[in-house]
This record gives sequence, C-alpha cells and structure tokens, in this order.
Amino acid sequence: MTHLLSAEHLGRDDAVAILDTAEELKRTLLHREVRKLPTLRGRTVVTMFYENSTRTRVSFEIAGKWMSADVINVSASGSSVSKGESLRDTAATLAAAGADCVIVRHPASGAPQRIAGWLDGVSVINAGDGMHEHPTQALLDAATLRERLGGLEGRRVLIVGDVLHSRVARSNVHLLRTLGAEVTLVAPPTMLPDGMDRWLDEAEVPVSYDLDAELPGTDAVMMLRVQAERLGGGGDSSAGFFPSTREYSISYGLSEARARLLPEHAVILHPGPMLRGMEIASSVADAQNSVITEQVRNGVHVRMAVLYHLLASEETK
Amino acid sequence: MTTRREGVTPAEEPEGQRVLLAEADVARTIARMAHQVIEKTAPEEGAPPVLLGIPSRGAPLARRLAGRIAEFSGQTVDTGIVDVTLYRDDLRLRPNRPLEPTTLPEDGIDGRLVVLVDDVLYSGRTIRAALDALRDHGRPKAIQLAVLVDRGHREVPIRADYVGKNVPTSRAEDIAVLLTETDGTDGVVLRPAREEGDQG
Amino acid sequence: MSSLFKGVRPYGEDPVDIRVEGEVITEIGTGLEPGEAQVYERDGLVALPGFVDLHTHLREPGREDTETIESGSAAAALGGYTAVFAMANTDPVADNDLVVEHVHRRGQAVGLVDVQPIGAVTVGLRGERLAELGAMARSSAGVRVFSDDGHCVADPLVMRRALEYSKGLGAVIAQHAEEPRLTVGAQAHEGANAARLGLAGWPAAAEEVILARDCLLAGQLGARLHACHVTTEGGADVLRWAKARGVEVSGEVTPHHLLLTDERLAGYDPVNKVNPPLREGSDVRALREALAEGVLDCVATDHAPHAVQDKDCEWSGARPGMLGLQTALSVVVETMVRTGLLDWRGVARVMSERPAEIGGLAGHGRPIAVGEPANLVLLDESAEWTVRASELASIAHNSPYDGMRLPGTVVTTVLRGTVTADEGKLA
Repeated sequence: MTHLLSAEHLGRDDAVAILDTAEELKRTLLHREVRKLPTLRGRTVVTMFYENSTRTRVSFEIAGKWMSADVINVSASGSSVSKGESLRDTAATLAAAGADCVIVRHPASGAPQRIAGWLDGVSVINAGDGMHEHPTQALLDAATLRERLGGLEGRRVLIVGDVLHSRVARSNVHLLRTLGAEVTLVAPPTMLPDGMDRWLDEAEVPVSYDLDAELPGTDAVMMLRVQAERLGGGGDSSAGFFPSTREYSISYGLSEARARLLPEHAVILHPGPMLRGMEIASSVADAQNSVITEQVRNGVHVRMAVLYHLLASEETK
Repeated sequence: MTTRREGVTPAEEPEGQRVLLAEADVARTIARMAHQVIEKTAPEEGAPPVLLGIPSRGAPLARRLAGRIAEFSGQTVDTGIVDVTLYRDDLRLRPNRPLEPTTLPEDGIDGRLVVLVDDVLYSGRTIRAALDALRDHGRPKAIQLAVLVDRGHREVPIRADYVGKNVPTSRAEDIAVLLTETDGTDGVVLRPAREEGDQG
Repeated sequence: MSSLFKGVRPYGEDPVDIRVEGEVITEIGTGLEPGEAQVYERDGLVALPGFVDLHTHLREPGREDTETIESGSAAAALGGYTAVFAMANTDPVADNDLVVEHVHRRGQAVGLVDVQPIGAVTVGLRGERLAELGAMARSSAGVRVFSDDGHCVADPLVMRRALEYSKGLGAVIAQHAEEPRLTVGAQAHEGANAARLGLAGWPAAAEEVILARDCLLAGQLGARLHACHVTTEGGADVLRWAKARGVEVSGEVTPHHLLLTDERLAGYDPVNKVNPPLREGSDVRALREALAEGVLDCVATDHAPHAVQDKDCEWSGARPGMLGLQTALSVVVETMVRTGLLDWRGVARVMSERPAEIGGLAGHGRPIAVGEPANLVLLDESAEWTVRASELASIAHNSPYDGMRLPGTVVTTVLRGTVTADEGKLA
C-alpha cells in the first residue's frame, strides 16, 4: 500500500491487516505510562486541512506523534493556501520540503487522488474529500464494530441519514461490505443519490425509507450527521432536502423509543459531531449501547495502523 | 518409531542441509538451559525470573523453558511475549509485517528479573529492539538473554547469558529453528541462505 | 492562381480531378491537364465541402493566454474547417457591434478560416436584458446567431423576447439548455458514477426541460431556435417531437458527447470536465442515432481552450471545456462512419452543409460542383493517428483525446481556392 484514498479500492486483506494492527496497537498501549512508539522516528507527516475538522486532524496528529513521526499541521487559513496558491503547488511544496506523507482533507471530491497523482514517493491519506470518501472513518467504525460485535461477517448495519452528501456513508458502504457485513441505507429519497440503483446493486445494498421497520433486525445503527443547511425552514431561499429539522427528527431521528426497537446486543454509532436532539436523542447518544466515544478512541489506533502500513515498510519509496 | 518419523534426524537431511540438533537434542538443550537459569538466578532474592519470548519462535521457547524451570525448581515461572516489530530499525528495508501480540505478567515487569528468550542470536538487532520495547513497558531489575542458537556475526555489543548451542556460520547460511508449536516438529537445521532471513 | 487536386473522391465516390481557379471550382473531370495550375496529387482522398463549426470558443478578446483568433484559426484549418462561429463569452463579452466587428476583422486578417462572430443574447450574458441584437446584425460582422452559451437564457420571458426579436433579424437563438436551479453546484452527470464519486449531479432533466420549453416558445412564436450541445437521450427525443410538430428547431451534438462517457471521471482528471457533462453510454448511443437520423442537425465542437492552471487542479475547481477543432473529424469517423451510421454525404451534411445553413453562411457548405466556392477539405479515411495534446495548434492543451489513437486525418484544407493547411501544417 502506498496511499489510502478510498475504502472502495481497499482490498479485504489490507483492510483486515490494518484492523488487526490497530487492535494490537490498542492492546499494546493500554495501561502504558509512555504512549509512544519509536516506529516512525524520522518520518514527516503533514496534515493538509482545507476544511475545519478539529476531531479528525487531532486524531491523525496524535496517531502520528504516538508513532514518533514529526507531525506538521497546515490549515487553509494562515498559509499560502489562503493566498490562492494552487492545490498542486501547495502539495509539491510540502513534498519538496520533506514530507513522507500528506493527510488531506478537502471540500472537493477527488482532491487526494489528484495529489497522489502529482507527487512521487509521498504517501497520501484521504482524511475526507467532498462528498466522496472518508476511509479512516470507515476503518475506525469497522474496528469499533468488530470489537463490540465480535466480527462483521453477516452482521446487519443500518446507515441512516444524509447518504447523498456523506463521505462517511460512502466509505462505510464499501468497507463494511468488503468485511462481510450487510448494509442497509435508510434515508428520505431526497438524501439518496439519483442513480443509486445503478451505483449499488439494490439486492446487495437495500434502501429503506422507514427507520422503524429496519431497527428490530439490526446489529448496528450508524447515524449520519445532518448538516443544518441541507434542511428547509431556514431563511435560505434554496429548496431544502427536508421540510424542517422537526420533521427530520420525527422521521429519522434516533429517539429513545426507536432505540428500544433495537435488539439488546445492537450498538449505536455516530461519526460526530452530533446534533443532540436532532438526529439522535441525547440519552441515546450516552446510552450503554452507544459506542460513540469508543469510535473516537479507536480512531487514533486505526490511524496509527494506517500510518504504520503506509510508512513503516519498504514499499513506500 | 513415532518420534523418529516426526523429528529431524541426520538420515533425513535434504540436499544442502545439515541437522545441528535433532528432536531429542532440542529437548536436552532446553533442559540444560533451564538448569543454568536456575543456577544463575537462584541467589537472587524475591520472585523468580520472568521469561519473555520474542515472536515468533521465542514465545514457545520461553514457555518450554519456563516449564522445565518449574519442573526442576518447583517454582512457578511467569512468562510472556514481547513483540519488537514496532521497535525494529530495519522496518523500511522489508515488506510490511503484522504485529504479534505482546503479553506481560499481570503485575508487570517493574523490579523483576527478565530473561528475554529467542531462538537465534545473530546480528543482535532484534535484542536491541527488545530492550527498547522493555523500557517502554516498565523498569525491570535486570535483563538477561537466553537463546537456543548463537550463530555469531554480531552487529551490536550484545551477548547472551544462556546459549543452547554455539554454531559458527557464514553469512551465506541460514539457521532454521523448528519447533513443534510453530513448525510441527523440533530441530535445528543449517542450510544455504535463500533470501535475507529474519534472524536477529 | 489555380490549383489542380488530382484523384480525389467527392463524398467518397468515384475519383476525379478538381480544378480551382481564383476562389471557385472551375472544372471537375478525369485526366485534367495541369496547365499553369499547381498540382496536388491526392489519389484516393475523400473530398468534402470545408467544415463549418457552429460552436467555437476562440477566447479573444480576454483570454489570449489560452487561445487567440490566430491560434484558433490555425487549429480550425488543420481540423478541416473553413468557417467557425466564435462564441460570445469573451472578455469583454461580444454583446455589442464593436466587439463582434473586432472579432470579425481579426479573423479576416488571419485569413485561415472565416471567423463568424456569435453575439450575446443578453447584456453581459447575465440573462436579464436583451443585448443590441439589431446593431450586431447590421454591423459589418453581420451576426446571424445569438447565444449566451456558457449560461442558459433561463428566464422564460427573456427567452421569449429574444426569440421573437430575432425573427425580425433573420437570426437564430442558440440556447445553452441548462435549468440553473437544477444544476446548482453541479459537477458531473447525475447518475451512478456521480453517486459513487461523490460529485454533485447535473441531471439530464435540467437540459430537457429548457429544450422543451424553448421548443414550445419557438413553435408558438414562429421563431428559430438552435439547441447547443444536446447531450441526453431525452434531449434528442424532445427535438424529434418538436420537429415533428413543425417547430423550426435545429440541434447540435459535440464530438465528445458522441464518444466519451462519465466512466472517464473515475480518476477525477478535470480534462474530462465539460459543461454539459459527459453522459452515459445510453445517451451516447441515442445521440449517434439522432445525428444519423437528422434529428440532430450537425456536429459542433464546443472547442473550449483552458489554461493549465484551470485544469491542473481539483475537480470542482476546474473550468469546464475541451479542445475539439483538430479532433472532430476523427471522432466523427470513429463514432459515425466506422459504425456505418453515416456515409460521406452524411458527414458533409452534419459537418458543413447544415451548420452553414443554420448559421446563415452563404459561401460555405456548398456542393462540390463547378461554379461553387472552392471551400474544400481532403481527408484520408484509412489513416490513423495518435493525438498529442501538446502538438495541437491551440495554445491550451486540454484535449481529452491525448494519447488516444483515432482514425481519419485531414490532409488538405482549401478556403476560397487558397490552401490553408496541407499535410498537417499550415500552408
């Protein structure tokens, strides 16, 4: 592996290797006073974030630092990025300055792929590109599910919410199925991409508009973040994808009553940041079967594992 | 008869291989090392040593050695595994490798006498990595090293406290240690190197 | 000055010699004596009337770093064209007689092809107020095609007025059919690939609703409508229906929409970004059939040069458009001739005769016959070539066909008796 650009193109063997490594790293670092491994000493990792995302950036930064890599953060503000420098020039500059790995968050779908094509000998990690993918999020979700459900083979996972705009949904659809899970998408029709049926075989990835009907037989439910600007009812003159936050909450929010429809062993995931009371009830987010905090914790180990697989071995250069 | 068929014996050597220790020799060697460990650590006060194997073959070796020590001394001996992959200095020279689990005694290794156990001592770099790893896991009172085979060619100033067998080799040769737990049979074989080995 | 083109096959039919004297074809026959004429041995080449492109972006004035009237004219001549219609979305916009006269004069000065300016429908392409269509029509440029291309004339009332007003000028309104509210932020054809790649969708219906609306308006008003770059199966169906009802509507298809699909988007290389976007295989098949059938009248390149920095970036930041002038013939040979959908008479129709008629260019798209203007292209149907974007005559290099092997080469282009391009070089 040289880059991690998408979950769609991540093979089963590589995915399992990353998850196994993450699991081992988690165990190794548990109860340790010094949470630092020398593995990536002398390697330089640059995070290039063109969108604000404290949680993802910090997670990558901690992962890099716990592996002893030098981690440098470049954000869109306060750098040449804001002066209108092209993506290609910025990436080339970082590579020339000695980066071994760039971690890219960008509002344009495909931006990390472009950078990977431009740079030679530098690993590129997609930390979320537009509406396309967010592969490390899917890996940490898979790690969490594996841990809590004992495996993914044959497990039934619901992904609920704004699938159309969600890179988390896209990455999870691919990765969870690669790992043997059955994925069902639950969303209002306006929040599913047109051409869905030709993108994903309906027989393999069923689509439902009825959350209540899907909850009882499920092993895990992943609530997607709903961006307020997608909903109607505000001052924006553009047509909303949904009439109001209230109606969204009534139809697709994971309320306490809905959470009770889940089997006892089922777990609840959310990639964060959450809108409590909107897509998920506050009490549900904090319930026993919510693994939201665990997702964040696993994020660090999964990203350490990704860095290990991309940077530690001979295949990088 | 059964043991003859399953073990490595001089009569069954494939071309280019030389059997250094046959199955029965391996058992005898481990027994002798157990006696040496008891002898050398007996004067120590407090808890008996902790035997930490280095994956992959150091792990079963440590368990076997601990078994014999317990058998001969009547004392229970803690064992564990310390994976050194994340501490290696040659990661970039090799393809990716999976991590092995690290397991330590429940009470940790602080203040204990740790005996690192590995199958072959070669460049010494694996042991150097293991020392770094141990430093991150705690502060042992002292660290010793036990290896089944010492084949020379050290690249760092490290020596073993307990050696099953010293074997002068050339760099063009490989030492293969076979253990029932990992290879289905016991034995130590010298053979021409096929590719850069994994021996430290 | 006279020239003799020996052994050429008009419309791919029997070989003849064509004598050109001055600007006119003076003799067609076999075994013609050279006399004073310069002889071009062109055994077996197909002779067609010089191509006419109804949809070219020459970028001058404003973006001379990507194309000029001179470089664009060179690309056109090398591509077999004798006339091109220059789109109005320059900077300043060609929404007045000064700009269109300038473009027209520059084209004449370069002299490689007739550059016929298209005027903007609305001031500044803003879709609000009609530009001075009459002043442009009556200028020395004699504008007969008006278009806000790049933008849709979305307001139905403005479009109605434009159609109505253009009647009095004998002109046609060329519509870029894209309902703007349905394409906010659109990045790719709305379908399976856009869903997978996470690109905001440009639905086929956004094109079709405007086409349907404008066909109805043109029909009711008795005005002429031309549909720029029709890209969808449904768009072709709308035109078929409107023509059957007797609406005076014509339609064009681009070479790239005849050949390429949105499968090309997988690597996010913006060289494949174009507006309207590359569609699906089913659309490509429908467009080819509609062109063969005559529902779509012509092939127009939508030649759109862009600077490296506007393409060598992330997908959503890139500008839409592709080069097309030098590859159009080859794409038509690949998609229409080799598939048996068009013969050479058909190619002459869609690349020369119909675009000249639609654009009101009297001297172009004429038959190859004695007494007709000598606007000719001679092409080798059996030759193949590998496209090298950097070797094309345009200043910009954004060709999606770079590295692709395509059939059919332009050997000689003749503009009013003068050879403008010969064997891959400007004459």
